[in-house]
Amino acid sequence: MGESNSSFLELVGITKKFGDFTAVSEIDLAIREGEFFTLVGPSGSGKTTMIRMLVGMDQPTSGDMRLNGELLNGVPANKRPTCMVFQSLALFPHKSVGENIEFSLKIAGMAPALRRTRANELLKQLRLPLDYYSKGVNQCSGGERQRIALARALAFDPKILFFDEPLSALDYRLRKTLEKELKDIHRETGKTFVYITHSLEEAMVMSDRIGIMRDGRIVQVGTPNEIYNHPRDKFVAQFMGEVNTIDVDDAGGNKVRSKADGAVYSVHRKPDGFRTGHLIIRPEIMKIGSAAAKLPNKLQGVVFNDYALGSRVQYQVRAAGGVHWLVERLQDEPFDGKLNDTVDLGWRPEDSILVKD
Amino acid sequence: MSKLADWLKNPGVLAAAPASIFLLVGFAGPLLMVFGYSFMPSRTFALNHLPTLENYYSVFSDSYYISFLWSLFLAALTVILLFPICYPIAYGMAKLFGKWTNLVTALIAVPLLISENIRLFGWVLVLLKNGILDGTLQSLLGISLSGFLYTVPSILLGLVYVYLPFMLFPMVIGISMIPDPLKEAAFDLGASRWQVFREIELPLAMPGILIGAILTFILAMGSLAESKILGGQAVVMIADDIESAFTFAQNWPKGSVLSVLLIALSGLIVFVLFRRIDLDQIIGRR
Repeated sequence: MGESNSSFLELVGITKKFGDFTAVSEIDLAIREGEFFTLVGPSGSGKTTMIRMLVGMDQPTSGDMRLNGELLNGVPANKRPTCMVFQSLALFPHKSVGENIEFSLKIAGMAPALRRTRANELLKQLRLPLDYYSKGVNQCSGGERQRIALARALAFDPKILFFDEPLSALDYRLRKTLEKELKDIHRETGKTFVYITHSLEEAMVMSDRIGIMRDGRIVQVGTPNEIYNHPRDKFVAQFMGEVNTIDVDDAGGNKVRSKADGAVYSVHRKPDGFRTGHLIIRPEIMKIGSAAAKLPNKLQGVVFNDYALGSRVQYQVRAAGGVHWLVERLQDEPFDGKLNDTVDLGWRPEDSILVKD
Repeated sequence: MSKLADWLKNPGVLAAAPASIFLLVGFAGPLLMVFGYSFMPSRTFALNHLPTLENYYSVFSDSYYISFLWSLFLAALTVILLFPICYPIAYGMAKLFGKWTNLVTALIAVPLLISENIRLFGWVLVLLKNGILDGTLQSLLGISLSGFLYTVPSILLGLVYVYLPFMLFPMVIGISMIPDPLKEAAFDLGASRWQVFREIELPLAMPGILIGAILTFILAMGSLAESKILGGQAVVMIADDIESAFTFAQNWPKGSVLSVLLIALSGLIVFVLFRRIDLDQIIGRR
């Protein structure tokens, strides 16, 4: 089963119950060697339970976990060749930066001089000054602590490195920087990274593949592009960020009819056996004003508000049937509409996504 | 003058004043008096009481060091014995017992409401020749423990029994301050349970353990009832000597000298311990 190179870590039917509550239900998943895999889900989706089982802090109620073909079930965390970066980082406050990094080496019985050499290598790799070796971990900044936690985990030389939303407590800018750094470290080390987060945006930046979790199940697995362009359902599409979602019925041919106002729109392709579902259109691919005039799918609405998003401007346009549309345009795209103007909105059929209920 | 007036207007100073005055009069004052008495000539009716070091000479030339050593030895042994007894209970109370912790706390704290002497007399009944323990063992197993009361081990039993809460409760706080993810992280990095204990738990619980140890040590150094009630004539601890100097011998200056020396000795030990082990560093504030 585990002989195939494509599945390094393989989960079959993993289920975890706490009393009557099923936190994780029948999960099948294959993670490849060397990939950066991210599990994304809102709080309560079971992702924390998943990672605790993967690391060995909790055991699944049923199902099998295999690493390189070897069964992991029942193996405690300290006997597994994997390691986790905790959400709280869990740096040891009574140990210096160097002692934190060296911890697993000390446990393994490595000689102090060798440990120190390895710690210095890791400090360098993570762009931390070498004199941090003897610094207290509580004297370090948030970003530095993040790097120390990563260095400590890398020192263990794990087969798989797990991350339990370690960036969630940081401010936006630092988080963005560290996301990229983490992806760079992934490239440098070539290790398998398994990351969990509630932010799909974070997952998109870093991951080779993403698994989306909801209510203890994996809803969709795919590359960031696949997930972005072909969300399997409304949940995944809305989880991506702000999208226009309208409830539609089948209107024959390549047409669907909006339930709100009866307007008929063209779609590129329909899922098999489509009867009723949701039409999803991203704000950034909708056109506003004169740019919308020539497009096959069109409607009219009143500009209610505008929001500056830096390189783009977003408009809220209120149309018939009480539908509030979000539309964006680039700063340098021409548009002379003002608040309360009636404007055209439009999109190409191939830019919309139709999903079944 | 105006500086002093400003200082007095500071609400912090005013708020601290009652407690400070109380401490000064009730705590520092008597200590100073004891210190003063230690330089007074003993048993003299002279009108001019000039300070003298005579009491110190006589104490040092006498065999009081034996009582000091017994107190030191028994207090240290009490702390050492209490550590392995209290740690598992404290760990359970901090991490495992959940809602039962309150019950355990009550069970351990309630005896404190009863006078120590009465509790120790209870132990006398248990340990007495043909008493509860001895009698039970004799009738059930045919073993006699008749010689246990009035020995050093029975004093130690009393000390461990009486001072257990003082070691336990600070320890509970020390252990409960350790975040669980730290232990999980160490475990995840390959540490065995013993290594997690040695590398993470013990150093991080150290502030609580040390406070408990110091409290217990100081109390045991000044203990009297255990050696008198459970020890009989087996051992004379220093507090016993101090008491007889003040009461039986009516030699207040000598009692004061012994008190000053006891305070100095205990203070020195605690000071050295605190210096050696930097609490702030252990907790990780620095």
